[in-house]
Amino acid sequence: MASLPARPAIAARVPLAGGVVVLYLSVIVLLPLAAVTAKAFDGGLGEFWEQVTQPQAVAALKLTIGVSLIVTAINVVMGTLIAWVLVRDEFRGKGFVNMLIDLPFALPTIVAGLTLLALYGSRSPVGLNVAYTRVGLAMALLFVTLPFVVRAVQPTLQEVDRDMEEAAASLGAGPWTTFRRIVLPNLRPAIVAGSSLAFARALGEFGSVVLISGNLPYKTEVGSVYIFGQIENDNVTGAAAVSVVLLLAAVLLLAAAGRIGRR
Amino acid sequence: MKALRFTALGYLAALILVPVGVIFYRTFERGVDAAWHSVTTPEAQHAFWLTLLMVVIAVPLNTLFGVTTALLLERRRFRGKSVLNSLIDLPFAVSPVVVGLALILLYGRTGWFGDWFADHGIRIIFSVPGMVLATIFVCLPFVVREVQPVLREIGTEQEEAARTLGASPAQTFWRITLPAIRLGVGYGVVLSTARALGEFGAVAVVSGHISGVTETATLRVQDRFESFDPVGAYSASVVLALMGAAVLLTMNILERRRRKVA
Repeated sequence: MASLPARPAIAARVPLAGGVVVLYLSVIVLLPLAAVTAKAFDGGLGEFWEQVTQPQAVAALKLTIGVSLIVTAINVVMGTLIAWVLVRDEFRGKGFVNMLIDLPFALPTIVAGLTLLALYGSRSPVGLNVAYTRVGLAMALLFVTLPFVVRAVQPTLQEVDRDMEEAAASLGAGPWTTFRRIVLPNLRPAIVAGSSLAFARALGEFGSVVLISGNLPYKTEVGSVYIFGQIENDNVTGAAAVSVVLLLAAVLLLAAAGRIGRR
Repeated sequence: MKALRFTALGYLAALILVPVGVIFYRTFERGVDAAWHSVTTPEAQHAFWLTLLMVVIAVPLNTLFGVTTALLLERRRFRGKSVLNSLIDLPFAVSPVVVGLALILLYGRTGWFGDWFADHGIRIIFSVPGMVLATIFVCLPFVVREVQPVLREIGTEQEEAARTLGASPAQTFWRITLPAIRLGVGYGVVLSTARALGEFGAVAVVSGHISGVTETATLRVQDRFESFDPVGAYSASVVLALMGAAVLLTMNILERRRRKVA
């Protein structure tokens, strides 16, 4: 790059390409988000505060954060476990299972919700009905966030040097101790990266929860569904205020995770 | 080890494999004809056509943007680079519903540009252009994020060699850079396609749900389900799931090729 002789042709193109990129990003992403933020503070800070402290909004935000935390915690455990099995275990059909992990990325979220409802809804063939409950809500979020931790941990686990584990084992450490003291520290950055993506996704998820959660205020209504309801009731300011809270939470989280990841 | 394997596989079966299997069973439990009829009505066909239209507009635009942005971020130095880099991820942090709300606030009746577009007779909200904008928003980061690491990995040696041998920037890009990043681009395109096919929340807010006009395939699934037409909902879901399966297979093939190259 810097070692090359001057390239006037390219130098002239950088501002042009850069300008187009910034313009595109501004029109598609930044301007719309600016409009939401402006709307949220349209009536001043007092109005914003009043909107986000509406009892129904508070309940929705609390539920969103609570259920996202639980879902993320389950993902940390199960995602790491699944990655472990995919890397260290050998069994028939492993290729298929590996492919299955990406299914939540490939399947439309509304279909994900419907599939869960078909198995665990009111006509459940296994006699388990979680429709319109918080358990159903959590399952929908677990479905759509499954790939994040698995796909973050898997490549790291593949690269981990197994000498240290063997040394620990030969010195008498049990499998659990070896995992906790040797493997886990190596996986920590990947787990943090994957789980923060899962958490951010859970905070804003809409399509998969809309059918299974039943959207009962104070019970199963999450933030995104609350925002949707406020738009339909023409309370756009309230919708924008809660949107800003969700947006801020996700942005701060991803920024913090990025810093931890780089360390 | 066996216990771990059973836990992992049991979890995946209960959460993903069996539910998806049940959808297929439910679709065809009243015969193939009912399902077939349900996905071939004019409204259903329009919905699938509209979904494809979203993909065909959003994915190429984001691919162009993605490759250009990745090249800028990895091959050039300019002020504000790290800001640009972190802004790319914003769509991943935004709830789809918020995307829809944002578009209403810009282009809706009382939005910032609402009057201007109304005066010129252009309808964006509750119409296809708004749905396209929503789709472009949600799948914007994929190509950038898939191409960037590949560019970093291949380094600049070959590009520099081509340049010193007298290749023009365009020649260098088409002959050296693009062939080297093509699998990354392909992977990004596949991920964007999946997201564009499946987008629900953002499109739901700005579409207005007019069957046969602004109803995409995913919106139709919800509409059929809430109209007590389970076969309609399940059969449209199966079509979407088959599209998803095609996406998965393509991902798998690209991944295998990538491993072979590496």
